[in-house]
Amino acid sequence: MKDKNEPNISAQIGEADTWLDKGKTLIRQNKLAALSALIILLIILAAVFAPVVAPYDHLQQSLTDRLKDPSAAHLLGTDELGRDVLSRIIFGARISLTIGLVPTLISMAIGTILGLFAGFYGGKTDFAIMRLADVMLAFPSLLLAMVVMYTMGGGLINIFIALSLVNWASTARIVRAQTLSLKEKEFVEAAKSVGVKKHVIMFRHILPNCLPSLIVLFTLNIPSAILSEASLSFLGIGAQPPSASWGLMAVRGKKYLFSEPWLSIAPSVAIMIVVLAFNFLGDGLRDVLDPYLKEQ
Amino acid sequence: MFSKVLKRIAISIPVLIGVVLAIFIMLRIVPGDPATTMMGEHVNPAVIEKISREMGLDQPMYVQFFKYVANALKGDFGTSYRLNRNVTQIILDSFPHTVKLSLLAALVAWIIGLSAGIIAAIRQNGLLDRLFMGCALMGVSMPVFMTALILQYVFAFKLKWFPVSGFDSFRAMILPAIVLGWNSAGSIARMTRSNLVEVMQNDFIRTARAKGLRENGVIVGHALKNAMLPVLTMMALQISSMLSGAVLTESVFGVPGIGRLAVNAIETRDMPLLQGTVIFTTILIILGNLIADLLYNVLDPRIREGI
Amino acid sequence: MNEQLLQANSNAHEANTELVLDIRNLKSHFFTAKGVVPAVDGVSIQVPPGKIIGIVGESGCGKSMTAMSVMGLLRYPGKIVGGSIILSGKEITHIRPKELAKIRGNEISMIFQEPMTSLNPVYPIGHQVREAILLHQKISKEEAKNRVIDIFRAVGIPEPQKRYYSFPHQLSGGLRQRVMIGMAMVCRPKVMIADEPTTALDVTIEAQILRLMKKLCEEQGTSIILITHNMGVVAEICDYVYVMYAGKVMEQAETFTLFEKNSHPYTQGLLKSIPKLDEKTDRLYTIDGVVPNLLHLPEGCSFCTRCSQAQKRCFSEKPYLYETGQNHGVRCFQYESGVHLDGK
Repeated sequence: MKDKNEPNISAQIGEADTWLDKGKTLIRQNKLAALSALIILLIILAAVFAPVVAPYDHLQQSLTDRLKDPSAAHLLGTDELGRDVLSRIIFGARISLTIGLVPTLISMAIGTILGLFAGFYGGKTDFAIMRLADVMLAFPSLLLAMVVMYTMGGGLINIFIALSLVNWASTARIVRAQTLSLKEKEFVEAAKSVGVKKHVIMFRHILPNCLPSLIVLFTLNIPSAILSEASLSFLGIGAQPPSASWGLMAVRGKKYLFSEPWLSIAPSVAIMIVVLAFNFLGDGLRDVLDPYLKEQ
Repeated sequence: MFSKVLKRIAISIPVLIGVVLAIFIMLRIVPGDPATTMMGEHVNPAVIEKISREMGLDQPMYVQFFKYVANALKGDFGTSYRLNRNVTQIILDSFPHTVKLSLLAALVAWIIGLSAGIIAAIRQNGLLDRLFMGCALMGVSMPVFMTALILQYVFAFKLKWFPVSGFDSFRAMILPAIVLGWNSAGSIARMTRSNLVEVMQNDFIRTARAKGLRENGVIVGHALKNAMLPVLTMMALQISSMLSGAVLTESVFGVPGIGRLAVNAIETRDMPLLQGTVIFTTILIILGNLIADLLYNVLDPRIREGI
Repeated sequence: MNEQLLQANSNAHEANTELVLDIRNLKSHFFTAKGVVPAVDGVSIQVPPGKIIGIVGESGCGKSMTAMSVMGLLRYPGKIVGGSIILSGKEITHIRPKELAKIRGNEISMIFQEPMTSLNPVYPIGHQVREAILLHQKISKEEAKNRVIDIFRAVGIPEPQKRYYSFPHQLSGGLRQRVMIGMAMVCRPKVMIADEPTTALDVTIEAQILRLMKKLCEEQGTSIILITHNMGVVAEICDYVYVMYAGKVMEQAETFTLFEKNSHPYTQGLLKSIPKLDEKTDRLYTIDGVVPNLLHLPEGCSFCTRCSQAQKRCFSEKPYLYETGQNHGVRCFQYESGVHLDGK
């Protein structure tokens, strides 16, 4: 932790940290974040190669193998339809990761563009966009997603849409704030004074400077999207059977909580591990990349 | 000061209207028509038409909206289609449960969150810091239903300390409150710690050290008040995520609160009820944020006197 | 500690004066990711009672770090790695935090460059100054309050009774710095360190604040270490000057001597770069180049890369601080005939 009380030593040394330095700092200072990155990589690999990695077909039912305790044959036991829980969790990673990545990317793209416009143009544009963001932020995100799910019905595709629409507002706020401060910087003034077009200034000069914050934000938004999907599916208004969504597995296992607790606990632990890994990584990235976001 | 309060209240009004309007539109721009969505595809078209007329869904949306707002201002959120009761009544019946749950949970969250955050900041980068912040991140990362299921399994089923579900005695409230509070405690602890650490970098902290305060005195005497101001706002924002969490907690423990009401409304496709519950909770959140903002203004001398 | 050094130390000022603060061969290093930065590299400073000692140099020369080391305010990754700090005969370099807290604000105090941010925004200024008294003296709050109002009056704060309850944001920068001076002086310390106390203030206010500091110093017998980059300020109030560069003292002398017989090429450069009204020049004089990267200092004299008088030898060998006259030391090979003043 650097102390602002001291004159900035790196300024005295006269060398800014490069991206490589930042990477090294991350690994050295925050072993947990580095470990998390490794875990995320492994989970991604497992999800991509699920058919190879998983010991069984995740949809294969077997009435003779119902509700088996964890054993060598079924490491995490079997569910009420005799499906192998471990295989379902491995296939479930596909759903969680896609839900974590794609809607987050879409909602952040929307938020970034709206935030850029609001900050750059100010005035009425700013007012309109930010009041809209206020409205979005006023909703508890789960309730809002629930409303969208009510209108469009359950299912993974609709979760995609719901989560893409719901989460843009916080990104918009942060990008707007950064745009406002960057707009006053000399390099933007300079670009303006030589007549660079507005959209070029926005996307070539301002946006790249928001990138560190956006990367951190992305890493931290992924776990909340994963949690939202799990929660919606747990409430029965998200993924529908026989999908191997972790939230859905947890709620279906809830019936057997007192006899076969692993049925609901195992997928919950899977969610926790993924979410924890992304949160640790995001925290680590933030410490290294982005002093700005800490103030949020 | 007074004009600032008025101004702040004035800003909330368009947000309030926007929220109601947004929910209103979202529930009505269904592919097909809202009455069909409510009743399902296989119902006699004549019945659907009748429902549509009864609920005024055949009228232009703006007419519906103004009627709704006019009624809502009188405290009437419409009639539940399935339960055939006044939505306001249903909400007021379940609301006390959610309030009890949330208040208990907030108590848990604030006590655990604040003390863990402060201790972690004092022992910055020490063992306790790492331990507490690890737990806090766990708290934030665990799905609410997971905490609920594990606590239910261990403390209600195995140890039999608490009832498995229900919400009729104080004993029954403890587990749900801990489940719901745990999650918020994590974010409060993280925020408290990071704010304290941030405040500790200020010049006036150096002044406090230079005048001869010892480190604990610096933190308690000079850093805490500055650091707590944003945490206060954050606690108000927690109302929002707490209500989200309440939906899940209530669902696991069978608490007959407002969150369960919303889930039931979706399951039974009871549009007026869903509309009522969502609008009601959102208004609560906006009011919560407003109060936090005003409180912040009162507590911070820089803002108190107007900039 | 060899005899030669002890000799030198006592030579530095009038031999019969007890030093109130004696910094000997102080080394403070910063342990950064890129390597060890020797921000303070063997600095010796002697402070006799009731005198004003100036430390001058460009930003990054280690003058603030020296002050922070003395106050025990260095934080990670900075650390005192050598030397000693003796405050009225007592070694305070590595004392326990509890003992250090008793000294800070009581026997030695400090005011900072940024009056705007050095006061806590959420407490009234009176309480912040009163706290300094209550920490070190067993008197009642009421009594302490009266003392605060007295000191407010002494540092020239108008309506001290009313101002007692003001918040920092209600005061101008000049007034805030007066509050800081009041806070630093209220326990009548032996030494007050002022780290660029007027840099953030208007020129007119600067003169007032300097005069105030000098007056208080004379009244209370407090010594002041004044850190500045402004040679004009030094000329105005300092009795003795240390010129620092890249963590080392380059030249030390009585103020009058320094301005008359400035000997080190760096000091000459600093003095030449003060604009003069009576000389007609097209351009202001500047010292070429910038302060070197403290991680990659030249092998020889740290100033050699910018020195107009540098010899071949300056690039490979480090000069000592050589005594050239009464109370006058210069770190340059040109004065090699003098006695070594530092203990290398």
